[in-house]
Amino acid sequence: MSERTFELEVLRYNPETDREPHFQLYSVSCEEEWVVLDALNRIKETLDPTLNYRWSCHMAVCGSCGMMINGEPKLACKAFLRELPDRIRVEPLAHFPIERDLVTVIDDFIGKLKRVKPYLIPKAEKALTEGEYLQTPAQLKKIKQYTLCINCMLCYAACPEYGLIPKFIGPAAIALAHRYNQDSRDGGRAERQQEMAAALQQVKIASTVDWYQEHLMPWLRK
Amino acid sequence: MAQEIGRRPYLREVPKVRWFFDHPRYLRYMARELTCLFIGAYTLLLVVGFARLAEGRAAYEAFLAALKSPLGVAFHVVALGFAIYHSVTWFNLTPKALPVQVGEDFLPDWVISGAHYAAWLVLSAGMLYFAGAF
Amino acid sequence: MTISNKPIVWGPFAAGGTVTAFVTPALIGITLLAALGHVPDLLDYERLHAFAGHWLVRLAIVAIVFLSLWSTAHRLRITCYDFGVRADTLVATVVYAVAVAGTIASIVFLARL
Repeated sequence: MSERTFELEVLRYNPETDREPHFQLYSVSCEEEWVVLDALNRIKETLDPTLNYRWSCHMAVCGSCGMMINGEPKLACKAFLRELPDRIRVEPLAHFPIERDLVTVIDDFIGKLKRVKPYLIPKAEKALTEGEYLQTPAQLKKIKQYTLCINCMLCYAACPEYGLIPKFIGPAAIALAHRYNQDSRDGGRAERQQEMAAALQQVKIASTVDWYQEHLMPWLRK
Repeated sequence: MAQEIGRRPYLREVPKVRWFFDHPRYLRYMARELTCLFIGAYTLLLVVGFARLAEGRAAYEAFLAALKSPLGVAFHVVALGFAIYHSVTWFNLTPKALPVQVGEDFLPDWVISGAHYAAWLVLSAGMLYFAGAF
Repeated sequence: MTISNKPIVWGPFAAGGTVTAFVTPALIGITLLAALGHVPDLLDYERLHAFAGHWLVRLAIVAIVFLSLWSTAHRLRITCYDFGVRADTLVATVVYAVAVAGTIASIVFLARL
């Protein structure tokens, strides 16, 4: 069990005292199997209890700990120190306003998820007596990939269009709408189209989906 | 309800023009988009070529001669590079844009891209042969 | 502001992107050979004149010209926005107008053959 010393350059921002964010350098000794989240926890426990950041599951399923690590949007619990250089720059997720330190304001993201009507809109009224909706494995597989989104917002941080045009509804919202549009039980495509129409750029969608599938979701199984 | 703490969210601005220098991925994206300039310019060149063809032999021969200039050759080489980059990025993207489900599973990406590449090679060879390039 | 998504604008762009991906490199190859001094047989004046006289060939040429120019225009419009140019309506009008003008020009020139 060997230790390695890392220099974490963390972007700090206290809305009550700071005019703008600034970097703070922490020198922390870490175990070789740790992730950036472990390093942040050690900093908070031993060096600076005022450091703020979101995290929860520590196993890349909750989507809470997204942040920029050396300029790449990553989950802090999935950024292995053994793959990183000695000096690590940690910043809040790009394209979101900073609330405090590494915590961002995610209201815009949540609002966009709601706007695409992420619930089944049946094609026709179906009485309970008619029984349940049936779905074949093939129909499930068609949407399965899009149900796996953990709302970690890394795709919004990666997306240059969202950074330039905040009105853009964004990759996760589009994937979510797609998840329902492609669901065999759903008939609400036209309703969702209204929201999508203002923000859909087909070329960008293809490139964004390609980008985020390739780089941010290596655990996606086809 | 907790007491309202002074909130003052800070938005980091994205540089409107130079954002794509921030990451190699963004640069490759911009290069891909800029392929359109060269493809568009080449297409306009073809339109001019047909104009010269319609004007008669002398005008057309002059057009061919202009192609042979250093600028003409340079433009072709650069345009060819960008056109190929467009083709490669387009074919690589197609499986993501048009997933094909056969039974339960989706066709692997390489099958769809590969089919495009194969068709592209065959078509290109056919076009060159038909034009009398070899 | 809205960047266009309407299928009628996007459709020719997607078709054009596909067409240019398949045929443009070979086309450039053909004229590149001419530029390098090895003029392919088809580019000989008489042969090209005869070839472009056929109505099916003319249709193909106009289709390729239109789709290529339209997809260029659409991509250029969006790229201008990426470069910080926010006057989308103006840019869109200019680029699509050039695409249409180029297409009309090709029709006119082919008709004169």
